[in-house]
Amino acid sequence: MYKIIDKRALNKDVDLMVIDAPFVAKNALPGHFLIVRVEEGGERIPLTIVDLDGGNVTIIYQKLGFSTKRLGEKHIGDTIEDVVGPLGKPSHIRNVESILGIAGGVGAAPLFPQLKEYARRGTKVDLVIGGRSQDYLFLLDEYKEFCENIYISTDDGSLGTKGFVTDVLKKLYQEKNFDHSVAIGPLVMMKHTVLLNQKYGISTDVSLNPIMIDGTGMCGNCRVTINDKTYFACIDGPDFPGEGVNFDELIARQVYYTEEEHICNLRLVK
Amino acid sequence: MMKVDRTKMALQNPEIRQKNFDEVALGYTLTEALIEASRCLDCKSPKCIDACPVRVDIPTFIKEILSGDLTKAYHTLYKENILPAICGRVCPQEKQCEGACIVGIKNKPVSIGALERFVGDYSLKNDVIMSEYIEENDLKVGIIGSGPAGLACAATLRRLGYTVDVYEALHEFGGVLNYGIPDFRLPKDIVKTEINRLKKIGIKFHKNIIIGKSITIDQLLNEYKYKALFIGSGAGLPRPLSVPGENMTGIYYANEFLTRVNLMKASSFPYSPTPVKIGNNVAVVGGGNVAMDAARTAKRLGAKNVFILYRRNMESLPARLDEIHHAQEEGIDFKLLYNPVEFIGENYSVSQVKVERMDLGEPDSSGRQRPVPTGEFEIIDIDSCVISIGQNPNPIIKDATDDLEVNRWGGIIVENHQTSIPGVVAGGDVVSGAATVILAMGAGKDSAVKMDEYITNNS
Repeated sequence: MYKIIDKRALNKDVDLMVIDAPFVAKNALPGHFLIVRVEEGGERIPLTIVDLDGGNVTIIYQKLGFSTKRLGEKHIGDTIEDVVGPLGKPSHIRNVESILGIAGGVGAAPLFPQLKEYARRGTKVDLVIGGRSQDYLFLLDEYKEFCENIYISTDDGSLGTKGFVTDVLKKLYQEKNFDHSVAIGPLVMMKHTVLLNQKYGISTDVSLNPIMIDGTGMCGNCRVTINDKTYFACIDGPDFPGEGVNFDELIARQVYYTEEEHICNLRLVK
Repeated sequence: MMKVDRTKMALQNPEIRQKNFDEVALGYTLTEALIEASRCLDCKSPKCIDACPVRVDIPTFIKEILSGDLTKAYHTLYKENILPAICGRVCPQEKQCEGACIVGIKNKPVSIGALERFVGDYSLKNDVIMSEYIEENDLKVGIIGSGPAGLACAATLRRLGYTVDVYEALHEFGGVLNYGIPDFRLPKDIVKTEINRLKKIGIKFHKNIIIGKSITIDQLLNEYKYKALFIGSGAGLPRPLSVPGENMTGIYYANEFLTRVNLMKASSFPYSPTPVKIGNNVAVVGGGNVAMDAARTAKRLGAKNVFILYRRNMESLPARLDEIHHAQEEGIDFKLLYNPVEFIGENYSVSQVKVERMDLGEPDSSGRQRPVPTGEFEIIDIDSCVISIGQNPNPIIKDATDDLEVNRWGGIIVENHQTSIPGVVAGGDVVSGAATVILAMGAGKDSAVKMDEYITNNS
């Protein structure tokens, strides 16, 4: 059992939670993820380790499906059945002078530890962050601590540029250049960001979060095709150079259980 | 002497059982066990013991059944094999003890596996254990993986007096016994009870700890001060077919499919939140036990038409004979001498598999006739496919441990269980690649002896 040390809502759909999990924290590095199982009989949910503090790990999750909603029902002082990690390969922090972080929606969470690590190593960090509306943007204050410039987009125009992160990028690339970029967000957003960045000659790392079960290389559910070669996101990733990723295949794999997710969610309707 | 035929074990009716996950084989009654036990010739130089990877004293435990002392029979079994109820169910007896049985020369061999299961079940039902006095030596050893290899190694070391910690990456113990083998072949409460018994003799089990990630081998040795370590992390990495279209939706590796159902209980969806989707027409690629398990599981999930695609003939199927028969009784179709060459579908969703007809050629290194492509192809409609052509050793420990030598398939290289790191031994599927429960247990047991020797010589 793993105790919840802290919890706060970042917006109506997204929570931040700090859990006491010393064996996850012990060897964790930026880019690693963990798996939580909220209760006996529950699903295994992979989540990026957003921050570390001694034996505590911070996660950020969107209460979208049955199991993340169950997680959201837990309070400070409650316990979680299982927390295991650190999983995956740590982020490949490149030796560059300037980097652009690009966050879409809840992707602001997994991007955070990577950008923080770049900043810690003295890289100049800028951030483009996009969300549905002002209320859906989070970690802005935390990002401000190490980002030189932050550019914002919202779908409804409630803050920053009205539109998508790619709209901001097109403008930004007219006036600024970056050695490298990291884009994390919904698959469609990462796909279009990589395509756009390629036009401007900017390389892009992406972080993938396909459906997975064990997270240790066993099930193969999280396979992803990159330049016609198969990789397992859990042990080979979750970060990959975005250029060769077959995003369309990943999107198809991501929605395979959409109907089941809906059926399961009905259980929460009292 | 009157000839007594081999006693058949009662089975659940195939029509009924293909709709449930309850155990298929129902076990012997006491009368059946006594009749079957009477078939043992109690040979002067028995061949069965040598054919058993853990060298169970088979004639003695059978004699003890005959004399009505089932507790004593259990003790005889337990001395060499801590998991008789499990091995009685999943060992390939026809290739081991029963394959060597002298009765089998002229008649059918003694049903040693069924008798072992009978005694194991007797012990579980009646809470019969073998109480042993363990003299503590206060020396710490670590076991990586709680599958059959790890459990056998842990029990052997515990009985020698060691303080034993078992580390498991998943949220439940038992490894392949838990995530791999379905309930209808090995009910999970048996695995739970056996592990609880091991807890009672003082073995400490730690879940959710991935060695190589949560704690490294180096940290276990130098920070946690384990005197020796056993790596039994199994063969968890699916072997791909490496054909076009393999990453479409609807195509599972057996590990994923079986883990969803066995470990995550997807058969109870939505009560259990992990789903599984299989459709009506299911192809299962492979001919081993895992393929049989996958096919029979698909049937139980409601698939109408489940077929095995195997590139050799019926005689070459590596699965346990019982499982092949049970699969046939349950209506699993065997499409033999077929090899899948491509998956076809739209929008990354599989709808067909293209297969090539195979012929059998000269025997290969395994002694079986090599499958030879004929250039004739067929296309079969499918809703899903489960690829069950084997597993390679899990790479996590090797990737995290620089001085651990592995072969080109990622299997840990050992010499008499000793790895390239002093004090670290390995056994089971992580060394051999996917094999059987009993071979893993044998390796775990032998590795324990090796660890004991190492510790004795280095202290």
